[in-house]
Parts: sequence; C-alpha cells; structure tokens
Amino acid sequence: MPSDYARTLPLGGAPGRALLRLHLDPWLLLGLGAIVAFGLLVLYSASHRDLETLANQALRIGAAFALMFVAAQLNPRIYLRWAPGLYILGIVLLIAVLLFGTTVKGSQRWLDLPGLPSFQPSELMKLAVPLVVAWYFHARPLPPRIRHVLVALVLCALPTALIVPQPDLGTGLMVAAGGVAVIVMSGIRWRVVGALTSLVVLASPALWFVMTPYQKGRVLTFLDPGRQPQDAGWNITQSKAAIGSGGFSGKDLFNGTQSQLDFLPESQTDFIIAVIGEELGLVGITLLLVLYLLVVARALLMATGAQDTFGRLAAGGLTLVFFAYVFVNVGMVSGLLPVVGVPLPLVSYGGTSAVTLLVGFGIVMSIYGHATR
Amino acid sequence: MTRPFPGWHAVKGIFDRDRARQQAQLKDVDQERRDFASRTLVVFFIVAVMCCVLTARMVWLTVFKHDEYRTISEDNRIQMFGVPPPRGRIYDRTGILLADNVPVFSIFVIPELTDNVDATLSAIAALVELSDEEIDAFHTLASESFPHSPVRVRPQITPEERAVIEVNRHRLSGVQVRPDTVRHYPYGEVMAHAVGSVRRKTAEDIRRLDRRRYSRTQFVGKRGVEAFYEHSLHGEPGSRQVEVDALGREQRELGRNPPRPGWNLTLHLDASLQVAAAQALGERRGAVVAIDPRSGGILALASVPGYDPNLFVTGMDPAVYDELVISPNKPLFNRAANGRYAPGSTFKPIVGLAALAHGVTDWERTIVDNDGVYRLPNNRRQYRDWTWTKDNPSGQGVIDLHRAIYRSSNIYFYGLGDRLPVDSIPRFAAQFGYGRVLSIDVAGAEPGLLPDSEWKMGARGEGWYPGDNLNLAIGQGDLLATPLQLATVASIIANRGRVVRPRMLLNSDADLPELENGELTVDFVALGGIEAGPASGSQNEHAGTRPGDAGLRPEDAGLRSVDWQRMVDAMEAVVHRGNQGYRENGTAWAYIGQDIAYRMAGKSGTAQVVGIAQGEEYDEEELDEFSRKHAWFIAFAPVDDPRIAVCVLVENGGSGSAVAGPVAREVLDHYLLPELAAVTSTATALASGSGRALAGAPRPDD
Repeated sequence: MPSDYARTLPLGGAPGRALLRLHLDPWLLLGLGAIVAFGLLVLYSASHRDLETLANQALRIGAAFALMFVAAQLNPRIYLRWAPGLYILGIVLLIAVLLFGTTVKGSQRWLDLPGLPSFQPSELMKLAVPLVVAWYFHARPLPPRIRHVLVALVLCALPTALIVPQPDLGTGLMVAAGGVAVIVMSGIRWRVVGALTSLVVLASPALWFVMTPYQKGRVLTFLDPGRQPQDAGWNITQSKAAIGSGGFSGKDLFNGTQSQLDFLPESQTDFIIAVIGEELGLVGITLLLVLYLLVVARALLMATGAQDTFGRLAAGGLTLVFFAYVFVNVGMVSGLLPVVGVPLPLVSYGGTSAVTLLVGFGIVMSIYGHATR
Repeated sequence: MTRPFPGWHAVKGIFDRDRARQQAQLKDVDQERRDFASRTLVVFFIVAVMCCVLTARMVWLTVFKHDEYRTISEDNRIQMFGVPPPRGRIYDRTGILLADNVPVFSIFVIPELTDNVDATLSAIAALVELSDEEIDAFHTLASESFPHSPVRVRPQITPEERAVIEVNRHRLSGVQVRPDTVRHYPYGEVMAHAVGSVRRKTAEDIRRLDRRRYSRTQFVGKRGVEAFYEHSLHGEPGSRQVEVDALGREQRELGRNPPRPGWNLTLHLDASLQVAAAQALGERRGAVVAIDPRSGGILALASVPGYDPNLFVTGMDPAVYDELVISPNKPLFNRAANGRYAPGSTFKPIVGLAALAHGVTDWERTIVDNDGVYRLPNNRRQYRDWTWTKDNPSGQGVIDLHRAIYRSSNIYFYGLGDRLPVDSIPRFAAQFGYGRVLSIDVAGAEPGLLPDSEWKMGARGEGWYPGDNLNLAIGQGDLLATPLQLATVASIIANRGRVVRPRMLLNSDADLPELENGELTVDFVALGGIEAGPASGSQNEHAGTRPGDAGLRPEDAGLRSVDWQRMVDAMEAVVHRGNQGYRENGTAWAYIGQDIAYRMAGKSGTAQVVGIAQGEEYDEEELDEFSRKHAWFIAFAPVDDPRIAVCVLVENGGSGSAVAGPVAREVLDHYLLPELAAVTSTATALASGSGRALAGAPRPDD
C-alpha cells in the first residue's frame, strides 16, 4: 500500500518511498518549496539584487527546513505529552521577557539567556498554544462543552495578554489565532463561532483602552491613510501605489520603481507582497495566493488523516495559523487591515517566523506520517 | 440555593444542558473523524473565500485604481531639477569684456557623506582659507538642498589649494573638488562701482527671489549693472527630468530642457576712459563721471578708491573685508552715484539760466563788487565772495553775467538769489535732474537733495529765509548732488537744454524687461520758457523784479537759444580766457586752459564741508584732511559739437579749478585727442593740411 501510494507522488518510486519513510510529505514539500523559491526570487529583487541578502535568507530557510525535518521525525505522542510543559515554559519565558527582556526597535521581545542565542519566546507560543488547546480537547469528548471552550479561550488569552504589551500586536494576534483555530476545528457549533466572532468585533473598541499610542496610531492610520502622509500613513500609501501601479502584469522583475527606488518601506520584510504586486502584477500575487491555498489545502487534508483528536486538532490549528499569517499580511499591505507587523510566510526576509511555521508543518508531517493507515 | 447574580439560572441552565448532552454521548472515534473531515471542508471553504477577498482587493487596486496609483508612483520617482543658466557677459562699448564667466575648480561638500558637517568644514578650514561668511553661506545653501547634493564651500581654489585638498582626501569624506564656473571681473577695482558685482546668495535673497528661477543659482548681482540687470543677466534656468529614489538621489536622467543663458550686455562704458579717469584721480578720493551728451551714454563711472569685486566671488580673508568696511577711504562706497555733496559754484550756470528765464537779469546788466561782501537789507550777516580775505577785501569790480560765470562771482549770484522768487531755483533746477534720479539704469542712484520751502518746513520746521536763497544761488546750503547728477547737468548744458537721460546700457541681445517697454530712448524735455511761479508769502517781497532795473521787462522772461549759447560761451571762458591780467582770466585757465588742443567749456566748484564762522577765513592748513573743501569740475567738449561731458569730484581736494580741473582735462584729453589726431591725419592726407577746417582747432580767445 505505501509503495503504491509512493508511485503516485511527485517524485515517484524510490525517492518518494524514502520521503515517506522519513515521515515527510512530498506534496506539502513541493508547495512549500515553490513558495520559498518564489520568495527568494522576489527578495533578490527587493534587496536590489543583493546576493548576500539572498544567501542569508536561503541559509535561514535551509535551517528552518532542517528543523522541520527533525520535527517530522518525532512521534506525535511526544508532542501530546510535552504540549502542557511547552506551554508553561512559554508563559514563564514571556513573563521573563516583560521583566528582563532586551528592547530592539522599541519593542521588548527578545530574551538574552546566557549561553543561548537570543530568541523571542512569543514565537514558541505560536506552536505551544495550538498544541496545548489540542491537548486539552484530546482528553475530552467532542464537540466540546462550553466550559471547556471557555478554558481553551483562557489558554489562548493568557499568552496573548503577555505578548501584546511588548508591544507586538501582530504576534499576539497570531498566537491567539492558533488557539482559536483549534477551538473552531474542535467542532463547536457555527452558531457559537458566529456569536463569539460578533462578540469579539463588538468588544474590539474596548481594545482601544489597552493599546499603546503607537498601536492606536496604526489603527487611526488604517482608518484614514491620509492622516499622516509623511509618517505612519506613508507605508500604506506607498504599498498601495506599488501594487496599483503594477497593474495586471507588473513592471517586470527588478523594474518596480516604488521598490527599487526605496519609496516602498520595509520592502524586503513585511511589505514584500507590494514588490510582487508592482513587479509581477496581479498575476504574480494571484499565483502566490494559489500556492498558499494549495499548501493549506494539502495540510488540512493531512490533518483529516491524523491518528487521533490531538493530531487532527493540532495539525488543523497549525495550518490555520499559517493561513492567518498570509491573510493578515496581505490584508494589511493592501490596506484592508491595520498595519500590525506580520510577515508574509516564507517570503519576507527574516528567519524567525520561517522556523516557527516550518517546524509547525514538521509537526503536521509528523502527525500525518506517523498515522497508521 | 444561592443566587450570585441575576440571570444565574439562565446561565446555569446552559451549562446543565451541555453537561447532560455530553454525559449521554460516548467518545466515538469514527464519528469524530467524520465530523472533523466535514468541518475541515467548511474551514477550507472559508479559507478559500478569504483568499478570494484578498484577490478581489488586489484586482481593485491593480485594475480599477491602476491609473490613479500609477500617477502617484510616477510623481514619486520623477523630479525636475533646475539647471542654472550661464550668466550673461558684460562688455564695454568697444567689445572689451568687463564681466566674464571663467572655469575654475571649487571645493564642494556633500553633507550626507560627511560624518559631521561642522568637523568637515573645520578640517577644510585647516587646509585652505575659509571665512565665517563662506561657512554661513554654505549652511544657507545646504539648508535648502538635499543632503546628497554637493554644496559649494570655497569657489575658485588655487592649484596649490587643490593639491592640498587632494592629498588629504582620505580624511575628508564628503569633500569634492569639482570644475565650476565663477564670475570674473578682469578690470577688478577700476570697474567695481560701474559694473558692480555678484555676491553669494543670502537667506534674504532666497526669500526675495523667485525660488524656481534661482533654485540652483549661487551668486546674485548685488551692485551696479550686475544688480540693475540681474533679471536679464541671470537667464532662465533649464530643467532636467530625473528619476530619483526615496531620498531624492538622482538615478538617471530622463529628459533635459537646456537653460536659456542670460543676455549679454554691451555698455556705453569705455574701458580705457574708465582706466584713464581712475588714474587721473590717482591716490585721491573722488569720482569721475563722463557722459556722451548726444546719447546720454555713461562713458565712465569711476569711484576711487574701489575694491576688487572678485574678492566677493572667491571669498576673502575676514581681515580684508573688515579693512574694506572700516577704512576711512570707504572703498565700498560708490561716490559717483551715491555720494551727496554740495555742488558749490558748479550750480551757478543753472542759477544764471533760471534768472534769465525769470527775467531777473540779462546779459547786459552789471553790478559793482567793491568789497567782496553781499548784505541783505536789515541783516548784519555778511555773504562773502570766494576771493575775499582779511588782507584783500577789494571785490572783483564791475561784473556782468558772463564775467560772473568765468570769475565765479558769488556777489553777482547772491544778487540773483535775492531777486529770484522763493522756490523758483529748485523748480528750475529740477529740470536738470537735481533732487531726482534722471539716470535710467544706474543701480541705487541717489536723488541728492534739492531744498525748497516745503522741504524746509517739513525737515526743519522753519520757513524759507532770504539767506537760504542766497546760499542756494551759489550751490551751498542744503543743496546736495551726486557726481552722476552733475555730469548729467554738464551734458544738458552741452546739449543747450536738450535733456538726455544717462544710461549704462548701449545694447543687448534682447529687449530687457528692466527698461520700461524696452525703450532705451526716453526724454527730450525742452527747457523753454517756464511759468513764473506765483510769488508766495510776504518774506519774498524783496525778491522779483525790482523797480529801477532798466531794460528788464516781463516779456523777456523765458530762455532763448542765444541764452544757452552765451552761457556756454561763459563756461568756455572759464577754461580758455587767459592772459588778461589780474582777476580777468577764467578761474580754470591757469591750470588747464593754456595748452589745450580743443575748445572746452567748464565750471569749477568748491564745496564747503564745515561751516566757517562770520569774519573768519577758510584756512586749509588748519583743517584736518576730512574737513577740507570738496573740489568740483564740470566740463564738456568740443564746445561746438560736444561729444563728452564730464564731472569730477575730489573729496576734500580743495580748489575746484586747481585740483578737479586737471582731472577733467586728462579725461577729456584721453577721449578726444586720439579722435582729433585721427581726423587731423586723415584731413592732412586728403586735403594737404587745412587744419583750420577742424572743429577742435584752436581759435582766438573771446
């Protein structure tokens, strides 16, 4: 059976079988590889053809793929067992960050532990929250009881409440999204989903009172981009100009004036989709969105093939976190959502989120690859 | 049962029903797997819908709003940069360059590339001279340009300075030596006040000038012709359409619209005459203005001492600048156009003509001067002749108007001042340009001061006294005029009353907006009969035509052409009447009239600087240099066909005839003698030597 299945895989035959033995999913690898290749190409242009930037990013992505490979080898039961511990560790570290964290670019996100490379504990929570919520529901019958849902929401809200004041609204939202995704996948009724969603929407103005002036500024700028044309509104105006001026087929790679002449801020990181829009046009953006959609589709399919409740919920939650990144990033760059500082997965320059997301897919592969069919 | 809060039962009911349903249900693995699969399908559907929302947004931006955003992005990247036009050159009437643009090397600093602008400027200052003024100018220019554009710090460095900068290049980041163009004045000091100079654009200039036209211009005309014709000399800046990055750094040129160079100007100035005038003044402080009376063209406008205008372009040592500013010789002061001095006796021909016009005298009327003193009725004050001394109070004897001019009799003119109605002198004199600016294009020309009763009431709060008319009649009192104005007066007399306004510009590449309607020839104000002003006020009862002045009838009022000719004859006698005995020669004859090759009319003047008390004598030896009298001489020649009129002022020079006269003679000689020589030799060659036919040939004295 596995050998027949392997023959249908993209690499077919022996290599496919080798991948399966390593609990790696060729379809998902193919999709992720395509996104990474596309991302590196665009980054090369966004960095003004700087090979050093490109090599740097390739190295990071390579390391992230290596970690994904390791994550895929671990038995899902290990994740199930370690989920609560991981979660508690993350909470402790987040408190430590608030107390002794290093401030970089005005945000206190980094923890410098002696003998370890500095890292952001909030990244750990992006994995820990979906895992711990899945762990929580695993021991309980589904669909969950409202009491359990409320507990699960508290599990999501606690780390979020610790991350948002760093301030890092974007990561906080992504961490919460991971937990909420698992709750949605757990089978609560759509009516409840709808009710909770409208509750969040109605309660969101209350968020205003806990936001920092910096975050408030971003929301105001979202509501009225012309408010501070030289300041906060500049980013969004320039990114919309970049995408809009790219038109249907773009100005061609390396020819986007907005990005090549530095009018577009953060063009290698959070706003890189605007470079795609300007240089490759609507066609390029749509191509990338289709790739993301295919990856999400494959990962969700893998989730349905999981052995147990924990596996299904964790795999589904991790996949939806990935999509949440895509949606929030593209939404903010195109002016649909406020600017919250979420990178475009696997395309934006930087290694942290790539590691988190690829390790997440490593866990998905582990859950799928270790299932007995 | 406790009820913690209202509605407790409702909330508890939800939990109770929930628990009941759960208890009824076992953990069914297959059912959960199926539930999860269907739920995943729904979730995927939602994900797909969200992707569609993103795509729709992108379609909106890239397709429907494409034109709008393309415009924004083009506006971002394309900028217009001004290209400064080359400044128009200035030539003299013979085509000699007076103001040129020369290629040089200058030091530029690109602020963005320096670690610290101030430290870099200090480092440059340690290697080459750099004045505070230049540093200020740098900051002014740097403040209005991009941090990446080079800003000039020191223009025109020497090859040695260039070598020093290049050798130290490694520790001067952001410093560049670049080819550059600067204004150059080949004649330096001699032409400084006539041609003027450009100076660095100041913060004040930036406010005043058209930002677009001057965005890239570093020097602006500040004095003389450079200032007056600034607009025309500047030209129209071109532009370059340039692609820039977000910091405004130039990426590449997309298009270019070349600048229109400033118009070249040719002036009436005669460079060699200007040099001769400055040389004739020598080390003395003073001014020479020469005008071609036929055209009004200013042939020379010299103010000595001058300054080297190139210093204002290249920058100068602060000590040098301080020296220029504080020197008692005032080298920066343009005496020719801005110096205001009492015209003294040079005013007498005007008063004489005014008296003729008003019918208060004629050419036959005489007075007798027995004691060199004039007195007003009921007034003990003595008005003295210039010949009067304690040792020789004899007077100049019988004097008519002709003799009153060539002997410069104060007593005769006191009498005219006594007879002329109040304000008739200023009204008449204004036609010659006193008290106003007749010159068309001399930047900052002073109007001087032409006092009348109204002015005196305003300025002093006093009425016009008879004594004021007397002082005015000999060109003293409050009357002030510039050398340029007196040269104009000389040219109007040379023209026998035809007023030609003085001008610098001879011609130019185009019609210049500085001259109204582009018209260069304005004027012809005829000096015919003037209306006798209404005799106003009781205090001038004594003035006007007195009974007993035989031969003067009201209908004789007004000027006839013979009056002009006789006034010119009298002025000719000032220079040429000689060998006639004691107090019978023209005042200037002894100094300039004895070996002259052409006929020249002139009038000396000696203007008092400090008041001399009643009964005291003016003693040059006792006064310090700056309290001595100013020496004037106005002249024109040849008398019958005047081609040049000149005014000479020597500050604190003393006697007009002895000091200023020879300067005027030198200037006229320089201008006329080569011409006469050429005509003579041609005539000799053609007509075997009939020198008598020449206008400038000597003829017997009157």
